[in-house]
Amino acid sequence: MKTPIKTLAAALTALSLAAGGAMAQDDPFKVGFVYVGPIGDYGWTWTHDQGRLAVEEHFGDAVETVYAESVPEGADAERVITQMILDGADMIFTTSFGYGEATNAAAGRFPDVYFEHATGYLREHPNVSTYSARFYQGRAVIGHIAGHMTESNIVGYIASYPIPEVIRGINSAYLHARAVNPDVEFRVIWAYTWFDPAAEADAAQALIDAGADVIMQHTDSTAPQTVAQEAGAISFGQASDMIQFAPLPRVASIIDNWGPYYIRRIGEAMEGTWEQSDTWEGMPEGMVLIGEMSEAIPEEVRASATALMESMQSGEYHPFTGPINRQDGTAWLAEGEIADDGTLAGMAFYVEGLTGEIPN
Amino acid sequence: MIRLEKRPTPSRFWGAATPVVAVILTMIAGGIMFALLGKDPVAAIRIIFWDPLFSEQFASYSRPQLLIKAGPLILIAIGLSLGFRAGIWNIGAEGQYIIGAICGAGFGLAFYPSENPLIFPGMVIAGLLGGWAWAMIPAILKTRFRTNEILVSLLLVYVAEAILASAATNWLRNPDAMGFPGSRNLSRHPGTDNPELIAGTGMHWGVLAAFIAVIAAYVLMNRHVLGYHIRLAGQAPRAARFAGVEPNRLVLLCLGISGALAGAAGLFEVSGPAGQISIDFNSGYGFTAIIVAFLGRLNPIGILFAGLLMALTYIGGELAQLMLGIPAPAIQAFQGMLLFFLLALDVLSNYRIKWAREAAA
Repeated sequence: MKTPIKTLAAALTALSLAAGGAMAQDDPFKVGFVYVGPIGDYGWTWTHDQGRLAVEEHFGDAVETVYAESVPEGADAERVITQMILDGADMIFTTSFGYGEATNAAAGRFPDVYFEHATGYLREHPNVSTYSARFYQGRAVIGHIAGHMTESNIVGYIASYPIPEVIRGINSAYLHARAVNPDVEFRVIWAYTWFDPAAEADAAQALIDAGADVIMQHTDSTAPQTVAQEAGAISFGQASDMIQFAPLPRVASIIDNWGPYYIRRIGEAMEGTWEQSDTWEGMPEGMVLIGEMSEAIPEEVRASATALMESMQSGEYHPFTGPINRQDGTAWLAEGEIADDGTLAGMAFYVEGLTGEIPN
Repeated sequence: MIRLEKRPTPSRFWGAATPVVAVILTMIAGGIMFALLGKDPVAAIRIIFWDPLFSEQFASYSRPQLLIKAGPLILIAIGLSLGFRAGIWNIGAEGQYIIGAICGAGFGLAFYPSENPLIFPGMVIAGLLGGWAWAMIPAILKTRFRTNEILVSLLLVYVAEAILASAATNWLRNPDAMGFPGSRNLSRHPGTDNPELIAGTGMHWGVLAAFIAVIAAYVLMNRHVLGYHIRLAGQAPRAARFAGVEPNRLVLLCLGISGALAGAAGLFEVSGPAGQISIDFNSGYGFTAIIVAFLGRLNPIGILFAGLLMALTYIGGELAQLMLGIPAPAIQAFQGMLLFFLLALDVLSNYRIKWAREAAA
């Protein structure tokens, strides 16, 4: 099946190389971005698009960017990627986990195009890199703030899907909330969506009805912020700053900052120094930021949260430092032991103290 | 004063002409919208309708993609159209598509890593049965308890989505994926793959099945007594009962066939273009197929063309996004206009427009 397509691809690549060689000088380097949501989500996709705009600003006329939004994962993604390449793209960023198979399939057919796949793990060809951010560092800071600020001692958490990244976030937020407030409880609702304003709003309302006065979200829309605002609960911006909801309900935020990574990788590709890599950066590198902490947070909490943030930025503190037990009471990390990246990447268990089960 | 006068029988001329007029009106209205967005309307229309088929740069890739995108739409829409003609409304093809894919993929993965050539046929049967069984839930509830099949079939989509998420993150998860969701890749494993049958055409078993379904539905509706019963039940339910049509049997048959075809479409997709069970494996084919069924006038040949046209607006719409930076919602609005004009113009085939003075009326 693949052979004729490969031949076709090779022929196309040869053609484009022959044509490109002559006018490589004034031809801008073309970069395509594939987005899973609408760029107007003010969350996940919006932050990737901010990264794309940062690229345009940095390189000016030397780089041209194109994008496609709301691209379904699966066969549609592979088609969009291919069309971008036929349209002249030299490099492709696919910004959702579900694009992994499509990205690698396209990479096999177009060996001269650079591929960067966000939050994935598949690198089947030398021209595919993966990248992600250590969002759990941000979760530690907002967990710390939530633990201090909750009065009902119930924190509501809107989770998307039961996958390692989401479970890691819940664990990190819970550990740091409990560290400052031993009575805190987390209520988790699995929304089974990344972006569905109506479902997210329902989940937020259900959590508030269950007594939560703090709402955390691992979904992309601003709907939970609106619900929190009406209910007088506090919330945290997710992926983007969501500053339009400050100072209340949004008291702080976890910001994904992709621009510097995009600029670096595109620059390397243009210079020919690009190499396959598996990047997992966080606060020290500036890929994860904490949005401005609003006045609604008591001053001493702002100070302690800032100190926690700085300890991670400098690399001296790791949010998963022992002693930590698993939910079933078995030991995971001994005193002072730090979780290794492999365990974190595949995390499929709750830490001790969290109630409820991870759904199957 | 415009007056509408019902035609005794729908106009054949307008029945054939309205799709063309609707496409032209969509181009005009869509062109105005693109112009308002500051994009070149002529270029946009050309990129959407012309470039995927004929441009040197894209056509050799886009044309096969047209079949890949249209295949499942046609296969599902054919099944739905039988029920719709009989007044049986299966709105939950999306759920049957998901369950078919899960059953078929589950069957294939149960034998992993065997490459036995009998596995794929087994997967197809599992897919058909999965979709059929999922459609039997609203069918049996309707025949036994008079529940509304529209609501039951629709709500079962959400149940199916939950099962899909559970399969992708748990019991069908690829054990080699380090905890990440998603099943093993079926399309890259001999024995479970649904390959391209003729190189460079995009034709896979699912597209072939869609073409066979079109022919079978045509024969069924025009030459077989069941087709007559379906039409009769839709047009004159009372007369149908006198003619010996058993309504419960028709419900079971129509929902069963549409469920089985939707399940098969899901199986062909998961073993071919999509490749694996993933959290968001379903991308709305089951719902879009409802539009395709009506766009094609519930007629098998019409559905064939409607599916291809729908696929063209998807693929051309993506190109317009890339090349002109037209936002995705504008493309969706454009697709919506097409449906709107088509249904609005239906008036012309069912009614005659009379210009009359008030006094005369």
